[in-house]
Amino acid sequence: MTVELTNPNAADAVPRTARSKRRTATDFAAEGEPFVWALGGALAIGILMIVGFLFLVVWNGIVTFFPKPIAVVTAVNGDVFAGEPVRSEPFRPTVEALAALAPPLRAQIAAADGLASRTLYRVGNYDLYGEDFRWIADHDARRVEYPAGLVLVERLEWGPFIGRVKAVATGGGAARPAAELGAAAIDAAHAQARARWGRIHRIERGDIGAVNHALDKERLKLRKVELAAGIDSADYRTAAGRFAEREAALKQDYDRLAAEAAALRAADAKDTITFADIGDKEKTIALSAVVRMYAANDLGLAAKLGVYLSRWWEFLADEPREANTEGGVFPAIFGTFVMTLLLVIVVTPFGVITALYLREYAKQGRLVSIARISVNNLAGVPSIVYGVFGLGFFAYIVGGTIDQWFYAERLPSPTFGSGGLLWSSLTLALLTVPVVIVATEEALAAVPRSMREGSLACGASKWQTIRYVVLPRAMPGIMTGIILAMARGAGEVAPLMLVGVVKLAPELPIDGIFPYIHLERSFMHLGFHIYDVGFQSRNSEAGKPMVFVTTMLLIALIAVMNASAIVVRNRLKRRFMGSQF
Amino acid sequence: MAVAEKIAPGASATVYHVKKGDQGAVLDVAGFNLWYGASQALFDVSMTIERGLVTALIGPSGCGKSTLIRSFNRMNDLIENLTIAGSIVFEGADIYQSRADVIALRKRMGMVFQKPNPFPMSVFDNVGYPLRVDGVRDRRRLEETVEQALRRAALWDEVKDRLQDNALGLSGGQQQRLCIARAIAGDPEVLLMDEPCSALDPIATAKIEELIDELRGHYSIVIVTHNMQQAARVSQNTGFMYLGRLIEYGETRAMFTVPKVRQTHDYVTGRFG
Repeated sequence: MTVELTNPNAADAVPRTARSKRRTATDFAAEGEPFVWALGGALAIGILMIVGFLFLVVWNGIVTFFPKPIAVVTAVNGDVFAGEPVRSEPFRPTVEALAALAPPLRAQIAAADGLASRTLYRVGNYDLYGEDFRWIADHDARRVEYPAGLVLVERLEWGPFIGRVKAVATGGGAARPAAELGAAAIDAAHAQARARWGRIHRIERGDIGAVNHALDKERLKLRKVELAAGIDSADYRTAAGRFAEREAALKQDYDRLAAEAAALRAADAKDTITFADIGDKEKTIALSAVVRMYAANDLGLAAKLGVYLSRWWEFLADEPREANTEGGVFPAIFGTFVMTLLLVIVVTPFGVITALYLREYAKQGRLVSIARISVNNLAGVPSIVYGVFGLGFFAYIVGGTIDQWFYAERLPSPTFGSGGLLWSSLTLALLTVPVVIVATEEALAAVPRSMREGSLACGASKWQTIRYVVLPRAMPGIMTGIILAMARGAGEVAPLMLVGVVKLAPELPIDGIFPYIHLERSFMHLGFHIYDVGFQSRNSEAGKPMVFVTTMLLIALIAVMNASAIVVRNRLKRRFMGSQF
Repeated sequence: MAVAEKIAPGASATVYHVKKGDQGAVLDVAGFNLWYGASQALFDVSMTIERGLVTALIGPSGCGKSTLIRSFNRMNDLIENLTIAGSIVFEGADIYQSRADVIALRKRMGMVFQKPNPFPMSVFDNVGYPLRVDGVRDRRRLEETVEQALRRAALWDEVKDRLQDNALGLSGGQQQRLCIARAIAGDPEVLLMDEPCSALDPIATAKIEELIDELRGHYSIVIVTHNMQQAARVSQNTGFMYLGRLIEYGETRAMFTVPKVRQTHDYVTGRFG
């Protein structure tokens, strides 16, 4: 026995192998490999989903405005129609439809598990056909061709027209055939008509609008005097006299402008264009009602790109038309941007001051804990509840009171007493303030104690310490909270539907009429626009591409705003954090 | 005999040596007790800090030296549930009087902490901070004061070209000298240093020690240190603290060569602590 124990070889060899085997088995779990894989896998799935979503939105958004060719489809039953092919998909024909088919086709479909393929065409010409889109099974189409000379016409009304240009009449003369005039002459006439139409638009919306606005102001002034002094007073009589004078002057302005507009409209009505669809049905409209037309099958790549860019420009810079499914979304971009900016301006001081008080000044006890828990719970309240609260409290109570005190002459029509930009921003500020409070509190708590002590030891007061040392140091963390609040607020729609967002706002919240910023006005919002175009329009198929483009735009807008905030934050971080010892 | 038995709380009084100074006391601590909540951290400390000299406080961790030095400029006020008894008299006035102005007190006492704690701002703004909180806006006066303080802290040559750079970009030793410059920029009477070299390498430590030597005379300095050699090198008076009591206090040379109490002897010779 003694010999065995002192023999190094015997003591070593056998147990060591056994031990090393056992260690391999335990190490696997102890090192946590499976957990690392699980975590990595979860991350990968998350990223994949986000990237997939972004790709879907961006791809659909990018291709929407690219001009598509126009196909002329001759059906087996002799029907002929023209349209842009939109998409193809497999479908299951009904039993009756199958029975009507030739036996070889039937066999073919049966071989494909009863599935056949069909294609969706955008045929346009809603005023002639009563439908915008048309499905046709591939086995029903005898011929699909892409002939030259077919044009796609974007119109102010009735959606697109697909067909050929037949004749153009200018200046009240007889209609001359398109072939005789040539494309260049038609384009020139079209440009002229559009310019005239722009002028009419400017006079009617801008100049006449301004006159109406001034007249309204005078009327309100008179009403104010009436409310203050009574209708029998001398003040009222002089005011009424002045009003009559001003009204007459404004009426003159109005008449002059109206006459000018009428003359232009008369000239406009003389320029007409006649189209013919593929079945030679004719349609004559004012030349100015044509927004854009192009011969889809004759375009080179450069011309296609031109159409593409001009559509984008219209989308970004113009107002919507045709129940928002066409035209631009500029008012919505502007409204979203201004509202988010206002939200940040409101939410930042409130959130930061609250967090400062909770963290730095309040005595940490049960009451503060309750306040903190309540704030955190506010973040879990459904946003529509905030909308209801905003409508009830901000718009009706606060706004109603403001109206009674300052805008009595405008009653019963509300000024601040209904939904508007200000109330929307305040409601969203309320919704996002917990985010800012929590982030700011964390940032304040993360300021090293040694820094506060250093400042206090220099003879600084508590406020000076907070002002000069704590806040600058916490600023990047506070900015993170603001960024999160901004992202949350810019993407929120439900509460806004109650407190100020509308389908179509006639005026922007910021314009050239005093006092320039109109916080009481209702506004348009990209998020609501998506909902409206996608689910509230006459034709959801036509709205679908617009949903993608608008979504892409909203994401881009939020990304740009966040990116700029992040750039600011990182600069602050470099300035205030430095290298930590 | 076990050390702890002999100096159990309330068991022994401080043993005093002759002190070095001859200019009188700047701080007079008399029967000072301090409690954090229910636990007592300082027991009946009595000592005088002499004007113009360097006084070192040594002792093992948790003996109350930091608590004591932080009582001098009332930094302990930040802690909740703090109770004190006894008095600390600074220039004839009890700093714990109910009407004492804490901010004014702290302006007369610069403090340097264990870890360099520059503020997240430029070198210039850091050093000018005591003046800024005093409401000084005169650029000329700020520049003069900052330069003087940085020269005194032996940092001027290293940072004169980067006064507008972020102070957090300086090295650890430079940051600590910056904090010293900040502490003396407000022209205090007393400089409190709470283990100013514990986070620094030997070269930076040597620089700071040199600096303390140069600042002696301008200011009365109290320095807390773990390092016995440092205490021996830079101070004129030394106090040895243990378990919340001031065990022995007097001239540094006597403390290190002929300590009267057994624990002091054991500590300075490295037998415990």
